[in-house]
Amino acid sequence: MAKKRVVTTTINGDTHEFLCQPRQTLLETLRDVLGLTGTKEGCSNGNCGACTVHLNGRPVDSCLVLGVEVEGAEIRTIEGVACGSHLDEVQEAFLEGAALQCGICTPGFIMQTESLLDENPNPTEDEIRFYLAGNLCRCTGYDKIVRSVQCAAEKRQTANVGDH
Amino acid sequence: MATAEKPKYKVIGTRPIRHDGVDKVTGRAQYGADVRLTGMLYASMLRSPHAHAKITKIDTSKAEALSGVRAVLTSADLPEQGDRIVELGEGAVNMRHLSANVLARDKVLYRGHAIAGVAADNIHIAQEAVKLIEVEYEVLPPVLDVRKAMKADAPVLNDDVRTESLGSHPADDDNSKPTNVAKHFVFASGDVEAGFAEADVIVEREYTTATVHQGYIEPHNATVQWNADGKVTVWMSTQGTFSARQQTAELHRIPVSDVKVIPMEIGGGFGGKISVYLPPVAAGLSQKTGRPVKLIMDRTDVFEATGPTPGSYVRVKLGVKKDGTITAGDAWVAFEAGAYPGSPIAPGCMCVFSCYNVPNGHVEGFDVCVNKPRTNAYRAPGSPNVAFATESVVDEICEKIGMDPIEFRLKNAAKEGVRRVDGPVYGRVGMVETVEAIRDSNHWQSPLEGPNRGRGTATGFWFNCGLKSAATATVNYDGTVSLLEGSTDIGGSRVSLAMQTAETLGIPAEAVKPTVGDTDAVGFTDVTGGSRVTFATGIACIEAARDIIRQLETRAALIWECDASAVSYEDGGLNGPDGARMSFVEIAGKLHATGGSIVGRGTSSEADQSGAFGTHAVDVEVDPDTGKVQILRYTIAQDAGTAIHPSYVEGQLQGGVVQGIGWALNEEYWYDDKGSMRNPTYLDYRVPTCYDVPMIETIIVEVPDPGHPYGVRGVGEVPICPPQAAIANAIYAAVGVRMRDLPMSPPKVCKAILEKRAEGNGAS
Repeated sequence: MAKKRVVTTTINGDTHEFLCQPRQTLLETLRDVLGLTGTKEGCSNGNCGACTVHLNGRPVDSCLVLGVEVEGAEIRTIEGVACGSHLDEVQEAFLEGAALQCGICTPGFIMQTESLLDENPNPTEDEIRFYLAGNLCRCTGYDKIVRSVQCAAEKRQTANVGDH
Repeated sequence: MATAEKPKYKVIGTRPIRHDGVDKVTGRAQYGADVRLTGMLYASMLRSPHAHAKITKIDTSKAEALSGVRAVLTSADLPEQGDRIVELGEGAVNMRHLSANVLARDKVLYRGHAIAGVAADNIHIAQEAVKLIEVEYEVLPPVLDVRKAMKADAPVLNDDVRTESLGSHPADDDNSKPTNVAKHFVFASGDVEAGFAEADVIVEREYTTATVHQGYIEPHNATVQWNADGKVTVWMSTQGTFSARQQTAELHRIPVSDVKVIPMEIGGGFGGKISVYLPPVAAGLSQKTGRPVKLIMDRTDVFEATGPTPGSYVRVKLGVKKDGTITAGDAWVAFEAGAYPGSPIAPGCMCVFSCYNVPNGHVEGFDVCVNKPRTNAYRAPGSPNVAFATESVVDEICEKIGMDPIEFRLKNAAKEGVRRVDGPVYGRVGMVETVEAIRDSNHWQSPLEGPNRGRGTATGFWFNCGLKSAATATVNYDGTVSLLEGSTDIGGSRVSLAMQTAETLGIPAEAVKPTVGDTDAVGFTDVTGGSRVTFATGIACIEAARDIIRQLETRAALIWECDASAVSYEDGGLNGPDGARMSFVEIAGKLHATGGSIVGRGTSSEADQSGAFGTHAVDVEVDPDTGKVQILRYTIAQDAGTAIHPSYVEGQLQGGVVQGIGWALNEEYWYDDKGSMRNPTYLDYRVPTCYDVPMIETIIVEVPDPGHPYGVRGVGEVPICPPQAAIANAIYAAVGVRMRDLPMSPPKVCKAILEKRAEGNGAS
């Protein structure tokens, strides 16, 4: 077994220092080393998107990233989306729009949607479906997820107009 | 869409936020894989690389010697089961087969078949140790196709399987020697020969469907602690805690009361998380080590060793008069059971003509072992396979007699008083209403234009079941109710159960806090399956609420110093003599002064459902150069009886349709000639992504089920039955080819188009 390495990274705004083996994925590191079990494992080969997190502002499948690769990086996980006990617009929209049934894919979908709306605040249905195509859901048939993303975009735009 | 004057409900029909929702959008919900216990070991499984082989030797010594390995478990560590048949909720199971499926004994019967488990200090050591286990095999030829497996010279999987003949005309089966044909059913009604003699048009066609998987995103998992006192605790995601408890106890031959199953959040099931795979292994490893053991599958394990639903061969013959009246039906249905007997052949045979009044019918069915994983329930198990056949034949018949498919369905529809070929007579059901809803829909009424585009329709049926449920409801002195029920929640059932409790008590849905209890906390409850939870556990919750009301009336009588008969409960409060009134919240505040806690109890065991129907419409566009089928528009109309939470009813409809689209167009187990699945990953297996499908339009039809106080019908399973045929019929309308083998993937559709072109050229 290879020696463990010390990795220093920022997760959801806080600095973390942890030990991990070179063979451990970021997903395994988050879940088993750091106890951040909100990020889910569905396939471990980048097919399903359940383990989506943000790495330096970009959405990645954390099952395809090694723990040692995130030295010095900024990571955001589902645990960092709500501000304290205030849900953000995407979480609210998913709740109100019944965009989840079993809920196992939900953290990944929310993280991917956060990236989509950061890049494209007013996406069309086609753009939403294209951007979320790497996240699999087996329960909903995607209808209510797509509608909830549309709703979240509207909520966010209304909030931003209010800020100005 | 209401079909009768609807009672006025306050809570039912509204769309409250689900109680477990915030946990699920913040990542706090605890699923099976999130369990973490002090001293916990991690386990991994050795699985067979062969589809069919005798195991001649297993040597675990090198694995046991690896540093960090704490225990190795093989079938030698599990008790012998003998020839025991045990009732496990949704069906009887041969325990010897179940045990051999959990850990292979003398033979492996499919690639991925579990052989040994290793518990170690971490998962990586466990995985390394698995590679050190030495197994010697005598490789045997596999059989992977249902019709080949039925032949006399086919390799036989199980030497203890003999054909069991069942049904109305016991067939002349040879029961003398081992066979792959485990069951042979015959259902018959009327006079089939006479019925076909009466027919003006007869169509007979053959269909095949590929093996497909439920595809839940969360892999199977179990964490087990076998304690020093012999008590076993299991944390897992399962569709049935009591079934998991019984299977785990039976496989270790310990009393069920020694096992407690704690339901974790479950990441999808669709029928595939009823049978146990991991808990008995983790339990055995925990017994050996004295420490909790966590065991999780990876995605390849899930595809290769769990699920799937059977591949099948179906032949359907239907006779009709010129006016469209069905005179006779004949069906021959063979399902792949996988490694051990137990495919849903019985429901398949019952469903094949279930949508129509077939006065003279004959259905023959076979349950056949092949070298694939042991099949399990998948959403209306058996029904989609046969619906694909019958609904496609109906489309051909309509074309031949020049009849509109909607009109044909309305003319022959299953309705109250119609007898199914397998015997039962329908009560009040809503097939006609779903067909009418599609006929009148914006979708059906809108023209479809453009080349290579076509529209199709199909209808589907599922029985839905009742079985047993239990619930208790405790009144809190702040005017809320804590609801404890036994049905694991795979899609939002907690909110629909809380809503029925709230409706009965006349309080808001938010005032009822639902919890799924573990097997020591709540009364026996059958699996979350058969579209039964909102119906049967709903009845248990309503009973618990009514029990609360009876007790509240007694308390109010104490306060008002009157006879309890002078108190009535109405609209969220109590009415007493001389216009006295006390709200639920007010009386709840007086609980401690009037005798303490009020706990309502409810069970359901006798109630049963009268079945549900759905009718679908789909528009497709076929690319004639590649054979790719694009779904342009999809509408589903389904009888929900009474929709408790419309959003989650719509969600079940939409989710079932998209699984059906995947089944129709792309999903399949793709085997090489050695019996190895070559596509055990999501994208090679090819489940639908959100870029593959449009919005799914829903029409909720409400024909209340008389068996439920609020008229609920289960909704989860019916939606997966019609899409395969509806899409096949649409493809025909688009490009003129009849697709009779699932999936209708681009290579197959392309080939059919090219053959049709060649025929056309030849004729001209």
